[in-house]
Amino acid sequence: MWSSIRTAWTIFLHMFRRRVTIQYPEEKPYIPPRWRGRIILSRDPDGGERCVACYLCAVACPVDCISLQATEDEHGRRYPEFFRINFSRCIFCGYCEEACPTYAIQLTNDFEMGEYDRQNLVYEKEDLLIDGPGKYPEYNFYRVAGLAIGGKDKGEAENEAPPVDLKRLLP
Amino acid sequence: MATIFIDQERHTARDGENLLQECLALGYDLPYFCWHPALGSVGACRQCAIKQFKDEHDTRGKIVMACMTAVREGARISIHDAEASAFRASVIEWLMINHPHDCPVCDEGGECHLQDMTVMTRHVYRRYRGRKRTFRNQDLGPFVNHEMNRCIQCYRCVRFYRDYAGGRDLDAHALRNHVYFGRHADGVLESEFSGNLVEVCPTGVFTDKTLKRHYTRKWDLQSAPSICVHCALGCNTVPGARQGTLRRIHNRYNGAVNGYFLCDRGRYGYEFVNAPTRIRTPLMRRQRGEALRAATRQEVLAQWRALVDRGAKPIGIGSPRASLEANFALRTLVGAQRFHLGVSDAEHTLLESALALLRESPARVASLREAEGADAVLVLGEDVTNTAPMLALALRQSVRQTHMKIATKLHIPHWDDAAVREAAGSAKAPLFVAAPIATKLDEVATRVFHDAPDEVARLGFAVAGAIEGRKAHRVPDTSDATQALADEIAQALVAAERPLIVSGCGSQSVELLRAAASVAAALCAKGHSAQITFALPECNSGGLALIEGKRLGAAIEALRNGDADTLIVLENDLYRRAGQAAIDALFESAHQVVVIDHTASATSARADIVLPAGTFAESDGTLVNNEGRAQRYFQVFVPNGDVQGSWRWARDLLAAADRGREGDWANLDAIIGACAAAIPALAQIVNAAPGAGFRLAGQKIAREPPRYSGRTALYANVNVHEVQVPADPDSPLAYSMEGYPGEPPPPLIPWFWAPGWNSVQSVNKFQAEIGGALRGGDPGVRLIEPAGADGGAHFDTVPQRFAPRVGAWLLIPLHHIFGSEELSALAPGVRELAPQPYVALNPDDADMLGLAAGELACVDLDPAPCRLLVTRRADLRRGMAGVPVLPWLHFAALPAFAKITKAEASRVEAE
Ligand code: SF4
Ligand code: SF4
Ligand code: SF4
Ligand code: SF4
Ligand code: FES
Repeated sequence: MWSSIRTAWTIFLHMFRRRVTIQYPEEKPYIPPRWRGRIILSRDPDGGERCVACYLCAVACPVDCISLQATEDEHGRRYPEFFRINFSRCIFCGYCEEACPTYAIQLTNDFEMGEYDRQNLVYEKEDLLIDGPGKYPEYNFYRVAGLAIGGKDKGEAENEAPPVDLKRLLP
Repeated sequence: MATIFIDQERHTARDGENLLQECLALGYDLPYFCWHPALGSVGACRQCAIKQFKDEHDTRGKIVMACMTAVREGARISIHDAEASAFRASVIEWLMINHPHDCPVCDEGGECHLQDMTVMTRHVYRRYRGRKRTFRNQDLGPFVNHEMNRCIQCYRCVRFYRDYAGGRDLDAHALRNHVYFGRHADGVLESEFSGNLVEVCPTGVFTDKTLKRHYTRKWDLQSAPSICVHCALGCNTVPGARQGTLRRIHNRYNGAVNGYFLCDRGRYGYEFVNAPTRIRTPLMRRQRGEALRAATRQEVLAQWRALVDRGAKPIGIGSPRASLEANFALRTLVGAQRFHLGVSDAEHTLLESALALLRESPARVASLREAEGADAVLVLGEDVTNTAPMLALALRQSVRQTHMKIATKLHIPHWDDAAVREAAGSAKAPLFVAAPIATKLDEVATRVFHDAPDEVARLGFAVAGAIEGRKAHRVPDTSDATQALADEIAQALVAAERPLIVSGCGSQSVELLRAAASVAAALCAKGHSAQITFALPECNSGGLALIEGKRLGAAIEALRNGDADTLIVLENDLYRRAGQAAIDALFESAHQVVVIDHTASATSARADIVLPAGTFAESDGTLVNNEGRAQRYFQVFVPNGDVQGSWRWARDLLAAADRGREGDWANLDAIIGACAAAIPALAQIVNAAPGAGFRLAGQKIAREPPRYSGRTALYANVNVHEVQVPADPDSPLAYSMEGYPGEPPPPLIPWFWAPGWNSVQSVNKFQAEIGGALRGGDPGVRLIEPAGADGGAHFDTVPQRFAPRVGAWLLIPLHHIFGSEELSALAPGVRELAPQPYVALNPDDADMLGLAAGELACVDLDPAPCRLLVTRRADLRRGMAGVPVLPWLHFAALPAFAKITKAEASRVEAE
């Protein structure tokens, strides 16, 4: 009996507490920046496509909803010919972002992706690629890697010595 | 066998083998780089360090290299010893100092031995902050990509390329930490085995350039056990497919056949599967003169039905590049009496003779592994580098048998590669090469002999006679020099423990085959255990010969005299089999022509009905190699549309003709069973691989690795609802990543992988003994075993001496590894390396004709005289000329005499 009255009293007091439920969608909630929402592909600081088509996100994905095909431009820079995410399967676990060695694939704090037709949840590269570096403004994989690409020859990456001159006989 | 203790645990290991190999064989994970089971140990990388203890009281021990230390009775070692582990971790750390930050863009990634070893030694954190050394790369041709920054200086590449495969143009350049592995300058790698660098190099320095164009990681490849279709040796392969295209060919270890390696034709010929020349839909025309148009399956079968209703009398032409099942299905469709082999008449005779000679020979037909172990070899009339490339690689090892003998005498272990080579110096086991023209094997031969095919055959008979030692069997009119050579060869063969005689169909001479068989028979008669092997023309020539059928000429005859009016051609371009006029006439006398093939050809262009067949990657079947080994290949991926295995088309044609009961083959097992029952010689093919009902723990074997990615996205653009995984009624393999997680039986291994071993090095985990047979036995069943009886000598058929003619030259076929085989020649990389059409002449003959190199000669040959560029070859005797075997050059049967004159015009018409 006493406990029932105490419960009723507690509930009564709640009427005067701050309200948590909001009137979505008229009112937008606060989403922290590290929220795992809609996935995007970013660009490196000099504007090139960041994804190098290494397939690591695809293999890390527990529901196998990422697929792509690697290709190369005429100077040897790797990029995905197509890049597809089937968001109707994605569980927003963020494993792809963790696996990505280039910070290309990132989860954002947008979650408003509802569709009436499941087919519309299949995103291609055009739908995924944004114009900036996203959460990681600095990193530029090709400036660190040893592969030569257009505009960056052998020996021009970070911490690289100029290419060895094989004809030199000095010790 | 010796008892050894590894980390206090008692094991038995093979006495005298190296500890690294034995540790791996016992299931331990011990990292290594420079050791390779086929190349031996050199102790260069220091990665395989272990602790060795003097006895059970020794607690300090000393660090030794496992690959350089022999197994001794009672040896005590430790792999997990803290000092040894730290040593190995620091070796990796050094190797990694200059290593580029490349894994995401490196084609080796995911199957990289360096990655595996780095993980195995737990080197996880980069401490070095200095500058990394860099190199420039080279363009090494259409097959191998070069990215030198990734090198860890293990020297495996040059040891394989130079020491094992005999290449010269790849070497280690420069010195100290600048050592560079490449050519002296950019250029196509000369060795026919260069593609193996991709697998031998433990890093991403050498990678597959054709794979790069449609790059896929190993974990994303759907694979199945397969057999190379580009020559008759039947090397085992792992083709990998993704999204309906074939992406690459990798080696599939078979201890008795190809071991760890493949030739470049076999590795890079696969692109014909993706080529625009593929036939992908049924085609038909209602009337002659109309163009072929795409049709539905129902339409073509209805047209066939109408033919049958009109009382068509079909005959069938099979193919040496189609499976046993496909040929047998066609044979069932048309009847055994109306089945023709689909090879030229000359080749028919050759195949029949080759088979008969092998069957009656008391000598064993050598497998490739046995050829490697031969300690004296006679090659009669065959350019094996170009017709059976991996046999050439095996023969290059055979000359090292002397090294092994010397090493044994000096108590040097056979795996101590540098020491064995140092001790043996230039000693070589005897290898005699007799051929119409210089071959690449000449460079390792003891003696070479270049003359007309008949003369080479005569030399063979002279050798046989010398071995027999009977006056009656001396070859008449033999020059003293030739007789002396014959005696020398005979002596070497008699002195050997495992002599091998090699010949083949390349020179198109039955006498050569007989001569080879006679040498082998003579050796056997003297009590030597001789072996023999013939290079056959195509991947299933052996199987076709076992099926038996009529000659091509009989088909032409039957159509001409009205015994038949409908022609069914299976996977064959008949224009390669006889003169153009004869084949044109064949098609004209046939009322209807049905072609079942996967690749468009001059023949499919003449067809009224074309049925799209599956290539080796899109169908299952059995091939019989030159050893008489029946081996099964399994479908790698499911093709789109109506493409299906040829035997299924034959079954559908039977069903459409209301004869479904004759071809009542529910699946592959059913037709294999029917074939084995109908043809006694093929009774054993059932045992080549487990049947479709085979299960391990109730499960099928997955074609896709467990990490196969993109399952719910790959085709989501077409339909977001995933389609069901296709069923496979034909094999115990599944088109899925789900399946038995353990080790499948050898004929069913779809890819090599073991926990912690993502690279090809994982094959160690599948072998009973490292470098020996796969656990459970090497795949394939041998259909030809030596006849116990004496006989097999044919002294009655010694050919006459070659007589040059005035004004005419004996034109002989010259084979090229790149270009001479029909299917691989459709792969762009192979086509790039194929020769331009040419005619080779002795310089004296060329001078007589007033022809300089590069000028045009007019060769008067059926179907029409053609102009060919002149190549001067001093190794070609006078009176003979050579032309390349190329699918796009249609010559009448060779060898033949032809007039050669200097051409007036300066235009090449041959193309
Ligand atoms: S992991 Fe990153 S770089 Fe690699 S394929 Fe995915 S998005 Fe591209
Ligand atoms: S060789 Fe291996 S470790 Fe080196 S970049 Fe390539 S995948 Fe990575
Ligand atoms: S190129 Fe490859 S095989 Fe050759 S030394 Fe370097 S890492 Fe070893
Ligand atoms: S030797 Fe013949 S069977 Fe072997 S890989 Fe080369 S072409 Fe294929
Ligand atoms: S594998 Fe033993 S030293 Fe290289």
